[in-house]
Amino acid sequence: MFRLQSMLSYAFKRLLGAVPTLLLLVTLAFFLMRAAPGGPFDRERALPPQIEQTLRAEYHLDEPLVRQYLHYLGGLTRGDLGPSFQYQGFRVAELIGSGAPVSFRLGACAILLAVLLGGALGCAAALRRNSAADRMLMALAMFGISLPSYVVAPLLILLFAVTLNWLPAGGWSRHGVADAVLPVVTLALPQIAAVARLARASLIEVLGAPFIRTARAKGLPLRLIVWRHALKPAALPLLSYLGPAAAAIVTGSVVVEQVFGIPGIGRYFVQAALNRDYTLVLGVVLFYGALIILFNFIVDLLYGVLDPRVRLGES
Amino acid sequence: MSAASVPRCCLRSVLLPALALAGAAGLFATALANPPPQILRLGNGPEPETLDPQRGEGVSTLNLLRDLYEGLTGFSPVGEVVPAAADRWTVSDDGLAYTFHLREDARWSNGDSVVADDFVAGLRRSVDPATGSKYAQLLSPIENAEGISRGELPPDRLGVEARDAHTLRIRLVGPAPYLPGLLAHPAAFPVHRPSLAQYGRDFARPGRLVSNGAYRLGEWVVQSQVSLLRNPYYWDNAHTAIDEVIYVPTEDLASELKRYRAGELDCTYTIPMNQARWLRGLFPGDLHIAPYIGSYWYGYNLRRAPFKDIPKLRQALSMAIDRELIAGKLLQDAVLPAYGLVAPGTAGYTPQRPPWADWPRERRVAEAQRLYAEAGYGAGHPLEVELRYNTSEDHRRIAILIAAMWKQRLGVQTRLVNEEWKVFLQNRRSRAQTEVFRGGWIADYDDAGAFLNILRSFDSQNDEAYANPAYDALLAQAQQEPDAARRRGLLQQAEGLLLADNPILPIYYYESKHLVKPWVGGWRDNPLDIHYSKDLRLLPH
Repeated sequence: MFRLQSMLSYAFKRLLGAVPTLLLLVTLAFFLMRAAPGGPFDRERALPPQIEQTLRAEYHLDEPLVRQYLHYLGGLTRGDLGPSFQYQGFRVAELIGSGAPVSFRLGACAILLAVLLGGALGCAAALRRNSAADRMLMALAMFGISLPSYVVAPLLILLFAVTLNWLPAGGWSRHGVADAVLPVVTLALPQIAAVARLARASLIEVLGAPFIRTARAKGLPLRLIVWRHALKPAALPLLSYLGPAAAAIVTGSVVVEQVFGIPGIGRYFVQAALNRDYTLVLGVVLFYGALIILFNFIVDLLYGVLDPRVRLGES
Repeated sequence: MSAASVPRCCLRSVLLPALALAGAAGLFATALANPPPQILRLGNGPEPETLDPQRGEGVSTLNLLRDLYEGLTGFSPVGEVVPAAADRWTVSDDGLAYTFHLREDARWSNGDSVVADDFVAGLRRSVDPATGSKYAQLLSPIENAEGISRGELPPDRLGVEARDAHTLRIRLVGPAPYLPGLLAHPAAFPVHRPSLAQYGRDFARPGRLVSNGAYRLGEWVVQSQVSLLRNPYYWDNAHTAIDEVIYVPTEDLASELKRYRAGELDCTYTIPMNQARWLRGLFPGDLHIAPYIGSYWYGYNLRRAPFKDIPKLRQALSMAIDRELIAGKLLQDAVLPAYGLVAPGTAGYTPQRPPWADWPRERRVAEAQRLYAEAGYGAGHPLEVELRYNTSEDHRRIAILIAAMWKQRLGVQTRLVNEEWKVFLQNRRSRAQTEVFRGGWIADYDDAGAFLNILRSFDSQNDEAYANPAYDALLAQAQQEPDAARRRGLLQQAEGLLLADNPILPIYYYESKHLVKPWVGGWRDNPLDIHYSKDLRLLPH
């Protein structure tokens, strides 16, 4: 009972602590975005002054910057992220709301694939440390980490879509499985590699720890030692990595979404900044920031579950 | 015999195949009676920013709007102006008043009649500064349009009037023979007044949007697709073959090409320019490269040294470059070498060329060197110049090649500066930092004036700060000239003057570039690069 209560109060404190962080983030993003030259209505075809004035007034851009900032914060307190400048008639919340589930689905599949496959490969390598198989796996992993997705994605498309015609080259349908395969694999590849390397290093370290030596000395079979005693502590560094990585992956990848034509929110990161779509930029920054905080929080909670040395909320 | 007494094996071996056969025959019969729906999938570049005709701006948005709505006029597949919502029109003798007669059977996608007041509302909305239309200036030939868009007059003073439900009269400030073509632009499309009254500016969304073109809006998934469905009330629905058009946003050119190759798109928005040669070999029948009314040039900032007041230097730099090499070798013949501003294919116009355009290269270069020396530059005192362009691989390659040509033939030291698009635009417009900069223009309507007007001394598009009163006077005169031949003469004279003054260094004329599957029937290349889905059909394949 005491444990649950302290956990809850810890959670509350952590989430409360997130508010100033997010506020700082929004403030920085707001003023940095405005410091960039050019505005949302600058384009090849110069607008007549009267019309530009109308557009600026429509989005409150004619007011002093501080007033605009307060206006935006006021909207935030009501849960309103404002209208998009580029996609007229769409609210930012609406765009994020329709894109996030797509990016989320792709990202979750990729993370799952990375943890299962990467974890298995990493463990296999750790158990055969310094063998030829280990070296080959780690070399492959290095390759996987270094290959950027803008190289991998077109290669996969060329092979599986254009040449073999097995999978679609792009596009997205709500319940389609085939069109998710290539983007998930592209997203997952560097993660599989990273997870494999981390899992290997971490398991090797744990396997050298005194409590494992004790277990071995007691004559327990290796398989049982790994399953019962080594995996849990070995998963800890992996968790610290996966928290922020998962936040980054589920908020979508610019490259993967652009190349495969996926309606996620990843491409807003770049496109909105290029268009000077101020509200959309702030919206995605805020969303991303909130997710990172949330995922780090979840990781900390899981730490408490996995690591008996960590007792959350107790000094 | 009751069903229960039929042995199971019999049921399986006889009844099932019989049923299957009957089913297959049924399917076959329905297939014959109802051919499968014709679905056209188009790559369409960037995501459309809106489906509001008076607020839309980008090429990809205008493509969608032209399928959804119909103006008084339209274009035939080869780009000629043809009747659309109006089936005929008359022009007054002085060329200042047009009377359009609307089709009585024109309907909105909810069944409402399309009436002249819908067009009056659309045109007024376009010039009303409160709308924030990007193309308000396009309608400036219409009486009072300029005053209204400057906020000096109320929108109802626009020289557009509904004589009756199906007659529309438009008064102009000067004869504008290109008016019928102009009215095919989405900025001049009608607006469904009840929807506008009910939803305000948010009317252009799925479930609300009512359109008068061959198609109505189906689904719009941002960054994924916009699907248009046949408008059953469209007056020419009987002749429309395509049932559904799926517009796919394809920002990434390489991905679009792969999706086309994988058979997921019937037409592409464009092609990566540096793959034109390879694609010509790979898809000789699918590749469509054709003249398009757009120009690409380098502008000189005439407000600042070194180009201010030294026309010789400007001409020397222009003569020293080899346009055929740039268009042919570098850009793989996906563009045409340019010596002027107005692109070939512009209606009723002969593009102008400076006299030296036809000289052999050696003579051109020798003359360039002479002019360069006369301007006070030489081996001991080379010109040092900044060349600014917006970040893009194609712009970079062109800049490098031109800088090399200047270096080799004149000894010019060029500093290349690339900037992100919006930063570049701002700096170019301020005219305070630039020396030589990338410029370009796609004409909004098919008329030489659409190119030439942007270099009038007072035009907001004139980033070169070119100011020649004689040039302005010729264009003003052309605007008041009712006779087509004389008007053409004035415009050509103006371009001749421009080319002699060298405020710009023309590089190439754009070409439209598409891959079109052989089974897309009715596709014709045209200088406007406008292709209505209603004029296309899918052939059996």
